Amino acid sequence: MNRRNPEYDFKWCPGCGDFGVRRALEQATEKYLIETEMPVEANVVVAGIGCSGNMVHLLEGPQPYGFHGVHGRTLPVAMGIKMSRPDLNVVIAAGDGDFLGIGFEHVGPQAARNLNVTAVVMDNGVYGLTKGQSSPTTDLGVITSSTPYGKAEVAINPLSIYLTMGVSYLASAMSTKIKDMTSLILNAMMHPGFSVVHVQSPCTEFNDTYELLKGNRKKGIEPVAWSVPDGHDPEDIEAAFRIATSDGIPMGLLYKDASRPTFDRQIAGLTEKAGAKSAAELMESYAI
Amino acid sequence: MIKNDFVVRFAGEGGQGLLTVVTALSQAASQVGYNVQTFATFPSQITGGPTWFQLRISTSDILSAGDDLDALVAFNEEAYREHRGEVGGSGVVVYNTEAFDLESDGKSFGMPFGELAKATGNNRAANFVVMGALAHLVGMPLSMLEEFNRVKYTRGRASDEQIVSSNNHALALGRDEAIKSGFSLGELARPTRPEGEQILVNGNEALSLGALAAGLEVFVGYPISPASSILVWMEKNLVGPGRFVYQGTSEIESINAVLGAGYAGKKAMTATAGPGFSLMSEGIGLAWMAEIPLVVTDVQRGGPSTGLPTKTEQSDLLTVLNPSHGDISIPVIAPGTVEECFYAAVMAFNWAERYQGPVVLLSEHALSERQKNIPKPDLSSLRIENRIVYAGVNGYRRYEASELSPMPIPGAPGGYVANGSEHDGIGDTTHLPARHVQMTERRFGKLKLLEDGSYEEENAQAPVTIMPWGGSKGPAREAYEQLAGSGMNVGWAYTMYLNPLPPALLETLRQKELVLVPELNYLGQLSSVLRAQGVRAQSITQYTGLPFRVRDLVGRIRERVNATQREGVTA
Ligand SMILES: Cc1ncc(C[n+]2csc(CCOP(=O)(O)OP(=O)(O)O)c2C)c(N)n1
Ligand SMILES: [Mg+2]
Repeated sequence: MNRRNPEYDFKWCPGCGDFGVRRALEQATEKYLIETEMPVEANVVVAGIGCSGNMVHLLEGPQPYGFHGVHGRTLPVAMGIKMSRPDLNVVIAAGDGDFLGIGFEHVGPQAARNLNVTAVVMDNGVYGLTKGQSSPTTDLGVITSSTPYGKAEVAINPLSIYLTMGVSYLASAMSTKIKDMTSLILNAMMHPGFSVVHVQSPCTEFNDTYELLKGNRKKGIEPVAWSVPDGHDPEDIEAAFRIATSDGIPMGLLYKDASRPTFDRQIAGLTEKAGAKSAAELMESYAI
Repeated sequence: MIKNDFVVRFAGEGGQGLLTVVTALSQAASQVGYNVQTFATFPSQITGGPTWFQLRISTSDILSAGDDLDALVAFNEEAYREHRGEVGGSGVVVYNTEAFDLESDGKSFGMPFGELAKATGNNRAANFVVMGALAHLVGMPLSMLEEFNRVKYTRGRASDEQIVSSNNHALALGRDEAIKSGFSLGELARPTRPEGEQILVNGNEALSLGALAAGLEVFVGYPISPASSILVWMEKNLVGPGRFVYQGTSEIESINAVLGAGYAGKKAMTATAGPGFSLMSEGIGLAWMAEIPLVVTDVQRGGPSTGLPTKTEQSDLLTVLNPSHGDISIPVIAPGTVEECFYAAVMAFNWAERYQGPVVLLSEHALSERQKNIPKPDLSSLRIENRIVYAGVNGYRRYEASELSPMPIPGAPGGYVANGSEHDGIGDTTHLPARHVQMTERRFGKLKLLEDGSYEEENAQAPVTIMPWGGSKGPAREAYEQLAGSGMNVGWAYTMYLNPLPPALLETLRQKELVLVPELNYLGQLSSVLRAQGVRAQSITQYTGLPFRVRDLVGRIRERVNATQREGVTA
């Protein structure tokens, strides 16, 4: 919605990281439209269920198309849209629970296919909308409403998992660094293939990690977030793995492989010789 | 004795070439102008396991697989013991003496299938040996089969001539064995070629052809019996620009991909069976809520859970009508014959596009595998409907109206959010009571657009009517014809449009003393649906994993009708 909608009654809490992600997504889209000369209606935002998925209703300015489906299924929906209409720019907006919990099974297949869409994953390390249960990125031992005695699983490492599965563009970002995030999202949209921008987007209500991520010198807290070194070659998968598996959370572009064909191109190539068959031709092959 | 009808069953083990024989014989018979219909049942293992196929050849249109066998071809002893009870009074068993031997039982004769084939110089000619023997039993001139052999194996290869001549030789050897046996089943009347062009297809092929004829462009599915053959067919044939076909990683992925495609303007379908359908239920609810056209084919198999993957049942009706949580009522079209599989598919897309929502195309195992000659559909006379697309400027309120409204397609102006949460006019989530009332009524109100389903009705003034659904149509029709022919005052009603039911049909059904519904499930699913709509309906159920036998139906219907006449109905 591009102005206040009195019928829509959802709000992000003050200080929610998703505000920053929204700003970056709006700016990246604006730049993308200028660069590609596409109309805004050629953009589709496929949203997950969660605080984060409400992005699709909260975008300001010229309105793209939106799809707000069921919990965890952004990737299959995005595949249906993109493979029907490869000319559209399809962007996913989802939370850590949606994308890496209930919807995790869809990441590997789309990475293997190199589906040409961009996923912006808002990781707050918690299930925000359902009021603070643990998520796949919640750390071991952390107390949440659903882990009153501490979480019994270790947190997954999303960045190394994306790399293992074959995501062909991977960036990590911080919700407060809007300029960096904007350019990482824009480049993800331009990238031919499956791109993921994984954003640390803290939840002030249930998992406020701002201080942990940015550090606090006065309190002697070292920042968990650190920048991918300038000299990193994003085409070097081994270097990307080293960064992804280092302590703390690296920020920046980790990996990019623009040489793989996208899913739609792959299929077009494989089936080119088969040629399109009409119902009439097929009917004829059953004639008695 | 002249026969108009010939029923033969081939029984043995998977991998023994039974399917080859039945396919060849049905092709041959249909090519010379007979009507044919096959029935198949498989074990779920890949190789081996007891398997049988049945073929009915007739001079007139075929309604059911046939109760009594004229001939049983037994490939092993187990098959002989299992099936000989179904051989009719004057029927004959042909068995393979390489597998077992029998004391003479007065209705069987053996021959060495493989050895005779070997004698022709072509080890693969055993099916022609069998066909030669069967042809003699029913007085079919070998020339008919020779002609089929010539057409089928003239493929422009060097080996053609050799194969054709060894197959002909095999036909003659089989015939000689049958002559020696002294058995005969009479003479099958010469075929009267059905009018107009014909095609030979099974139910899943007819359904797939119908979908393509309706303009299908996107198909995503996950393998599952008995729907896999639709996926395989689509993977092969639904290629080319503007189309997308793919094997998903699950039924959850499949339904959501098809949702994306329908939203993006495509005619889209997925096909599955019970277990997959259960996984799709949340997605089907989303299609209803966000108003996205798509077709879900459910080819029913038996039982809940993994159930009976390779057997037939009609037990998904209640599930497909209300697959999802919340207030929902999904349009359902259930074809009853191979030919109807084609037209049901066309109509499923018309409905989906017309009311902008999900439609279930409900088939079943018995139809999916059934091969039958059907009149070739005339593509030029099909009515194909396309959705009403929004063609205005940005700022459109897609869901604002209280009835169906034009649908915007991404890429063109009209941006909105297709939303599975309750929403307002532009698709933003809202909890306002007035909106939920308006949108609920809008969604249900659109079903009114689908009240154009056709139906059959005969002897409408009779107080008791037989109304089967789906694949039980054939046997029920045969039973009806026998009962009506013997003077019983009984009516006939049938439609493949199960939701919404054609209103005029529903009106006449409500006037009946009793509507008898033969259906293959335990609960009596359609009769309960009819009762909920004010019809005095009762089911005749069967849940063996097999279709009805005509004889059983005749007996059970007669019993019910007589009881009704004695006691009157107090429903
Ligand atoms: C099938 C299903 N299960 C559960 C839910 C309830 N649910 C809604 S949002 C959510 C978790 C959201 O967490 P996340 O994806 O991390 O988003 P966040 O709110 O943190 O941004 C859950 C479990 C649902 N809507 N659907
Ligand atoms: Mg979260």
